[in-house]
Amino acid sequence: MSTNSKPQVGKKRSRAAETWRRLKKNRNAMIGLSLIIIIIVVALAAPLFIDYETQVINQNIAERLQGPSLKHLFGTDNLGRDIFFRILYGARISLLIGAVSCLICCTTGVALGAIAGFFGGKVDDIIMRCFDILLAIPSTLMAIILVAAFGTSLFNIILAVGIPTLPQYVRIARASVLTIKQQEYVEAARAIGATNFQIIRTHILPNCLAPVLVQATLRVATVIADAAALAFLGLGIPEPTPEWGGMLSAGRAFLRDYPHTVLFPGLAIMITILALNLLGDGLRDALDPKLKK
Amino acid sequence: MSEKIVEIKDLYVDYETDDGIVHAVNGMNLSLEKGKSLGLVGETGAGKTTTALSIMRLIPDPPGVIKKGSIMVDGKDILSMSIKEIRALRGKYVSMIFQDPMTSLNPAITVGEQIAEVLREHDRKMSKSESMKRAEEMLRTVGIAEDRIHDYAHQFSGGMRQRVVIAIALACNPQLLIADEPTTALDVTIQAQILETMKELRKKFGTSLIMITHDLGIVAEICDEVSVVYGGRVVEHGTLEDVFNNTKHPYTEGLFNSLPNINNRTAMLRPIPGLMLDPTEDPPGCPFAPRCAYATSECEKSKPPLITFSDTHYVECHRYKEPDFKLQGRD
Amino acid sequence: MKGMAKYILHRLVLLIPVVIGVSFLIFFIVNLAPGNPAQMIAGAEASMEDIQRIEEELGLNKNIFVRYFEFMRDFILHGDLGTSYYSDKAVVTAYFERFPATLRLAASFIIVAVALSLPLGILAAVKQYSIIDRLSSFVALIAVSMPNFWLGILLILLFSEKLGWLPSGGDKYWYSIILPALTIGLQMMALMTRMTRSSMLEVIRQDYVNTARAKGLSEKIVILKHALRNALIPIITSAGSLFVDCVGGSVVTETIFSWPGVGKLLVDSISKRDLPMVIGFVTITTIVITICNLGIDIIYALVDPRIRSQYASGK
Repeated sequence: MSTNSKPQVGKKRSRAAETWRRLKKNRNAMIGLSLIIIIIVVALAAPLFIDYETQVINQNIAERLQGPSLKHLFGTDNLGRDIFFRILYGARISLLIGAVSCLICCTTGVALGAIAGFFGGKVDDIIMRCFDILLAIPSTLMAIILVAAFGTSLFNIILAVGIPTLPQYVRIARASVLTIKQQEYVEAARAIGATNFQIIRTHILPNCLAPVLVQATLRVATVIADAAALAFLGLGIPEPTPEWGGMLSAGRAFLRDYPHTVLFPGLAIMITILALNLLGDGLRDALDPKLKK
Repeated sequence: MSEKIVEIKDLYVDYETDDGIVHAVNGMNLSLEKGKSLGLVGETGAGKTTTALSIMRLIPDPPGVIKKGSIMVDGKDILSMSIKEIRALRGKYVSMIFQDPMTSLNPAITVGEQIAEVLREHDRKMSKSESMKRAEEMLRTVGIAEDRIHDYAHQFSGGMRQRVVIAIALACNPQLLIADEPTTALDVTIQAQILETMKELRKKFGTSLIMITHDLGIVAEICDEVSVVYGGRVVEHGTLEDVFNNTKHPYTEGLFNSLPNINNRTAMLRPIPGLMLDPTEDPPGCPFAPRCAYATSECEKSKPPLITFSDTHYVECHRYKEPDFKLQGRD
Repeated sequence: MKGMAKYILHRLVLLIPVVIGVSFLIFFIVNLAPGNPAQMIAGAEASMEDIQRIEEELGLNKNIFVRYFEFMRDFILHGDLGTSYYSDKAVVTAYFERFPATLRLAASFIIVAVALSLPLGILAAVKQYSIIDRLSSFVALIAVSMPNFWLGILLILLFSEKLGWLPSGGDKYWYSIILPALTIGLQMMALMTRMTRSSMLEVIRQDYVNTARAKGLSEKIVILKHALRNALIPIITSAGSLFVDCVGGSVVTETIFSWPGVGKLLVDSISKRDLPMVIGFVTITTIVITICNLGIDIIYALVDPRIRSQYASGK
């Protein structure tokens, strides 16, 4: 992956505005963005009109496994809980995992990549070697092992799904740094006495912003998917917390006669990931118009 | 009167893009006699390449559309032929060389095969081994060792790659060769070699040539006639003598003036002011008027007429309606 | 070809530090994890002495670094990755017993993916913006956004529960492999179609494609002989990392379909805290994946003459 775009310093405002303009033109990306916003709003607003105790957690055997109806929009699960409300609450969890995981891993990964690229030599070798090892293990596998080893707390899951995404950020940041390092204005900055840290901060980081942003958006999708996979395998956040993957797993036993227990959680996951993919692709096109057409 | 190998009349080609319609060719007229060579001169974007691609119907459609006009190659009407018939012509009667030798050759196929392929395409009965033999001969003809027939494009230098391209183009001995800036991407010394090779091959095979270039030096080297193109039309046409020694059109004069003068090293360069005509626009008057030192108000209002000076030499310019009008001359 | 052999050897040698690194990482993660395997084996009712006895048997009371050293020693000298805590079977044996099933699954989904994605991708590129292009892009996007276990479950719902055509699990019949292969294969296909399309789009715009047309070759030959050969190169590169991800996905798929492969073995071992199995599994899988990547690089070199020259000259 090459960062072909000309380095820009200090022109951030117009560039962001330009990117936004291009993004707006992309219908798919706008659909994705709107969906994400809706999901976020729903997730944040859920506690306001849903009472967690009664509607999400409380079991109500009498009403178990009902199909979709006016009273229960998406029906009820095997313990009588309203699926619709559980899905809304589940959005909070998935988004939380996605956002926090990406934030932590993005910053860590970019920092490590920048250090590797900037200082080169042994530091570079060691860092890249470590991440080569990480890359050799498939991401889902790594997540499974980490959670299986360290337990299913929220924080563990966030780290477990996030760690496999680190190598990508490291790579992007390192490649950006390597390209920029060669440029003459870095020498110029050094000549006027800028410290390494200042150079990294002012010149190098703004330029990896674009591909990192795209990667982050797409990774949130992967992370949410992996978290759901973990929950599906029974390695997710323990009941009764509503997590989409876990809901799917629970519904599996009732597949034949009550498919709605499986349909709706899966749809929720799919729409979220779809929206993120649309947005991520749109961002990628908007940030580097040369790739289009 | 000897036959014409190609005759283009009143050709209009547009590219319909998201950002507007680009009028690449606006009423192009062009003709060439068999065995002769024509230089198509003009700046980038003047419509030269589009004209050339039209002759072989290689314009990508979409977004390119041939709006009107006629193209005859050796008496055959190109625009009304079926795609199958056109394919039979390509490579066999008309060949084209593109500008950048670095990208015109397929990196994944041996050069021998790329030459042999065009031979077999137009002679279905030829066997693979025979076509490879003939490919070897072609390599020799363009001055490359035959044992390189199994090499790939990346193993050759720029000049040699261009020779391979020439070998491919001439393999079936076409009657017309269109060369689109074949030396622009090469070093000057290699440039001279390639031109020499082309001249020899022309003499040997009798191929007619359309040489597209913006370099007047090349035109002087290899062309018999010259068509100067601006804004998608021919603004001046004549023999080498006519155009070089008896320049009539202000644009042509400007082209010559913008070349550094080797005899007068201290003279200032005189570039033509202004920018190329925006091809999405369609002005009512002469397309060159905004940049022309001799323009009058009439020039901006109506299209210039065709004014003939001799059998071979004509211009499109309003000013020559005045009997005494003369250019100020070159430095 | 001598340069090729050198390159392969070089890559195999590089394999070693990666394997050491991976096994080190996994060993420590798994062993530092909370939860005492001896206790799990002994059961809830066991006494302290029972637990201690099991610990001694399994060597769990030794220092962790000592254990790692012994582990590596056994692995490198004897190819022995230890024995399962539960079954007295050597890890290596257990792994390769189940390996063929996973291999069959992998081969199936790769075939599905490639056979479908290549023509679709080429068509989408050649007829850019047409119905086929838009439709396949849309379907691909949906397929990629679906969690793979959901797709599997939906397929089971349709073909097994509702239609009754295909079994929902196990490996009893020759057609048992269809649903699991489709589950992974469809998603891999979606990604590969996109890749094929964009690679072809890039290549079609190149000058040499026009040169081919100018020779009078038919459009079919231009696309298939001249364009595709060059488009395949980046596709093959990406296919490698795609494959690795799909292997990860196969773990989940094997679980859903109770497919008797290596992935299911892993999940079972994890829940039983069968440490040697887990460590051995990941180690072997890493080796296999790395060899596969090497294989892909070799194919890549065979297809792209520029890379081939680099090896021939012994770089």
